Formats: sequence, structure tokens, C-alpha cells
Amino acid sequence: MSKKYDAGVKEYRDTYWTPEYVPLDTDLLACFKCTGQEGVPREEVAAAVAAESSTGTWSTVWSELLTDLEFYKGRCYRIEDVPGDPEAFYAFIAYPLDLFEEGSITNVLTSLVGNVFGFKALRHLRLEDIRFPIAFIKTCGGPPNGIVVERDRLNKYGRPLLGCTIKPKLGLSGKNYGRVVYECLRGGLDLTKDDENINSQPFQRWRERFEFVAEAVKLAERETGEVKGHYLNCTANTPEELYERAEFAKELDMPIIMHDYITGGFTANTGLANWCRKNGMLLHIHRAMHAVIDRHPKHGIHFRVLAKCLRLSGGDQLHTGTVVGKLEGDRQTTLGYIDNLRESFVPEDRSRGNFFDQDWGSMPGVFAVASGGIHVWHMPALLAIFGDDSCLQFGGGTHGHPWGSAAGAAANRVALEACVKARNAGREIEKESRDILMEAAKHSPELAIALETWKEIKFEFDTVDKLDVQG
Amino acid sequence: MPFQSTVSDYQTVATLETFGFLPPMTQEEIYDQIAYIIAQGWSPVIEHVHPSGCMQTYWSYWKLPFFGEKDLNLIVSELEACHRAYPDHHVRIIGYDAYTQSQGTAFVVFQGR
Repeated sequence: MSKKYDAGVKEYRDTYWTPEYVPLDTDLLACFKCTGQEGVPREEVAAAVAAESSTGTWSTVWSELLTDLEFYKGRCYRIEDVPGDPEAFYAFIAYPLDLFEEGSITNVLTSLVGNVFGFKALRHLRLEDIRFPIAFIKTCGGPPNGIVVERDRLNKYGRPLLGCTIKPKLGLSGKNYGRVVYECLRGGLDLTKDDENINSQPFQRWRERFEFVAEAVKLAERETGEVKGHYLNCTANTPEELYERAEFAKELDMPIIMHDYITGGFTANTGLANWCRKNGMLLHIHRAMHAVIDRHPKHGIHFRVLAKCLRLSGGDQLHTGTVVGKLEGDRQTTLGYIDNLRESFVPEDRSRGNFFDQDWGSMPGVFAVASGGIHVWHMPALLAIFGDDSCLQFGGGTHGHPWGSAAGAAANRVALEACVKARNAGREIEKESRDILMEAAKHSPELAIALETWKEIKFEFDTVDKLDVQG
Repeated sequence: MPFQSTVSDYQTVATLETFGFLPPMTQEEIYDQIAYIIAQGWSPVIEHVHPSGCMQTYWSYWKLPFFGEKDLNLIVSELEACHRAYPDHHVRIIGYDAYTQSQGTAFVVFQGR
């Protein structure tokens, strides 16, 4: 049915507010938290978001009549109140699958969180959640290996992986850095990690670090009889450098490398994940810059969206916050997005911040990494919150041990295994945390000293970004 | 006064992955862990290897995986039978999860010499 060209400015809601629309299984669905400028009706704001993030522009244009925009347009199909916030509302928008290039997270984000975020009719805008249709998910590579394969490669079963970041994070020479790696691994950690800031600075060029770390990893394996690894940070200034570093890690027979997916960018990340899949390399993902984007409750992108995007772009481990440590993140919200990292189906559950059913199909899972300001006293809570498919990383909690990193590592390993054993035996590990740790310390002087050292340290600040609930 | 360091020397230990840093479990504690495997709906699997081969991916099966076995006592007696047959081998029990095709847990019950 052909239409006549009628130049001028139409209200967005005439075209993009379609409350009668029933979303298709193949639609990509998004939930935005919108705060409009005063006096602009909700429907108009919501429709503007749908328009500006899909096919629309501010004026009617003749060239839209060359195609069937009804087929391509995004539609706002539902508006909901935000509990406890009278000025904001949720807009649910459905985007037809054909608006996006297959397998391209970059393309999805360019549309959904592009120009629309600077739109003047909005005071704030936050992308709360995306429901990716299974049809889109099937076009993404996803984690290069996934939880199951990673466990098989590292030979770790029935417990979280245990790691730590090497400290001081900047300023060590390659040889000194490798020494600290060796101390941690011989003490009982499974994995150590380059700090995200470590790339290839004048005090320690990447090649020098890779070589000394490789020697440390292999030595610790020989001496302990266990499989060890170190996340070699390959994040670099150019894709060419990124791949050169990854290739060298492979040449050294290292099991795992690392990338910073937000500062590095989704295109670089997806490319590196593909390289890892092709080369049998595990991929640890850091998330520097995320808090700039996800911390404000009314503006930006919620981390659950960034986490879903990472699972699709590719990574075997992703930092998720600790709930109990020094960094932001409440428990229910964190559980909501770690489900989306690890499970094959996650139902809508507003109490966990999940706005949609999300079917992941056969996409492998991603380990949740808890890192930042945690120590042995947190171990029972961390195990209860994160479960086995996680990687617990104690930086200060390892190197800060009075006897050094090896003893600190051993203390953490004893504490972790004692908690796993107690949980399996049916004990309530959070309630009985003190007893469990004190019992374990009887057999481990390293743990006894660690418990003494960190007994007063707590990080009890309220979270800034909370779930929207009626107060 | 002679100098006394407050720092102790940490000696590297060879360990066998999960529970390698805990003291040997009592019989009752081992029963608890096997009961956990069964309660999770995992299949018990018993494997053994000479200590020289402990870093191999594949250890020898003791018989076949005990698919769907719920009898704690039977698993315990199979563990003991394996240990009697290979007294110098490490013997481990695995909770095998066919849904994920992974091991829900795995730990060494008897250490070989």
C-alpha cells in the first residue's frame, strides 16, 4: 500500500508508540529507564527513544517512502512506572532483527545507545536490559571456550577458581613481577592476573613480562603438581599489537590471556575471542571504564547489559564485582547478571533486575570473577553468593600476608577448601563462617595469621545504584 | 638478645587439586562428601593412577562410572576395593554431571606412595 509524501514534523508517538504491538520471538527487546524533560508526555519521550535508536529522524523525509518503514521501525510497545521514582518510567521497545548485522554487538550498541542518549527531550536515559532473540544469539561466537572447557583444561572441579592480581600493579620489572607470580602459584593459587593497567610500559615491556611469567607458571606447575596459569594482558594500542601479544603467549604455551573489553572496544574483543577459539586459548576479560557507564541509576547502561554483550562478544571469565568487597554492587542485582553469564535460560525476575526471559541456547557460560578488596573473612559469603563457577581473586588479601604472597595464597586456598567442604557437608557457611574458618586455621598457621591480620577490615558503604523498589 | 624473625618460611607442597590443602579427611567426612555427590544427582566415578602420572588428564577408571548409583555404602566399598587392588595408586572420586558433561566435584580419597 503506497503512501503520499507529507513533508513536515510529526509527533514521534504517531509512528513509534504502538501499545497494541505483540513482540515477535525474533525481535530484539530493550528496556530503557527514561526521564523526560518537564512537560513532555511519556508516550512522546518513549516513542522518540524508539525512533532515534532505530529508523527515525526529527523530520519526515521523502526517502523513507522508498522502503517499507513499518517493517524496519523500532516500536515502543509498553510503558511502566519505575517503583519509587515518580519522574522516571520504563519504556519497552521492540526492534526487528533485520536492523542489526549478524553477530555484531558493536552494531547493536551503536543503534541502541548511540545518538539517542544525547537527545534533548530527555534529561536522563538508561538502558536497563536487552532481550537478545535466540536468532541473533546463534550468529554470535560467544565465549571461546566456556566454563566446562575451561575446567577441563585447568583440571579444577568442585570449587571456585582461586586467583589474585599481581601487586604493586605498576612499577615492577619483568623479573621481579615473575617472582611474585611464582610465589602466588607455588602457595596454592590456580591463577594470577596482570593488573588492567599493565600493558607495555617503560619499566616493563610486555615481552619481558610474558617470558618471566611463563617461567614462573611452569616452575610452579612442576613443583606443585597442579595446573597453573596467569592472565597475560594482551590489551594494546592497536589490533596488530593485540594479536602479536596473543601469538607470543601461545608460543610460550600459556593457557590464558586477558583483554579489557570496554576500553579496548567490542570490535577488538570479538576479534580476539575468535582468535582464542581458533587457538585453544582461554580469555579473561577485565571491565575498566564500566562504572563510568553503569553506576548512575538514571543514566547510562546497566552492567547487566554490558555483561550480556560480553557473553555474546566472547570471553571465558568476566569481572562482576564482589558484593562484599570495596567496589559497588548489590547482591540481588549481581546474582541477576551472573545468571546471565552462566545459565542457558534466565527467566524474567524483577527482584534480580532481569526484565526479560533470556534464552541463551547452546552458548557456553562465562566464569564470574569476584575481585577487589576481599580477604579470607569474606570467603564463606563469596562462596555462598558466587557458587563454584566463579573465580575469586584476592590481591591485597594475598600479598598483604605478613609472611608473603606464598603464605597468603595458602591461607586463601585453605579457607576456600574448608568452606567448600563445609558447604558440601550441609553446613550453613555464611552463618557458621567464623567456626569454619577458625577450625581450618588449626591446621594452617598461614590461615591463622591471615585471619588475625584482616579481622577488622570491612567495606560497609551503601550501594549507589540499587534495584528500583518501592521504598 | 638473638634476632628472632616473625616471618615463617613457606614450603611449597605438591598437592592433588581440590581439598589438597586440607588435612586428610576422616571416614565420616568422606562419607559426607559422597553423600553430597549423590544428593546433587551426579554419578559417582572412581579413578586411579600411579603417582607418577597424576598430572595426566585421564586416570584409569575403576570398573565403569557408577551411573545413577544412590547407595553410599556401595560407593565406599568400591573405593576400598580399588585401593586394595592398587595400594600404591592415588584413588579419586568424581561426581560426574552428564547434563553439563563436567565434573561437579572431584577429590583424592587415597593417596598412593
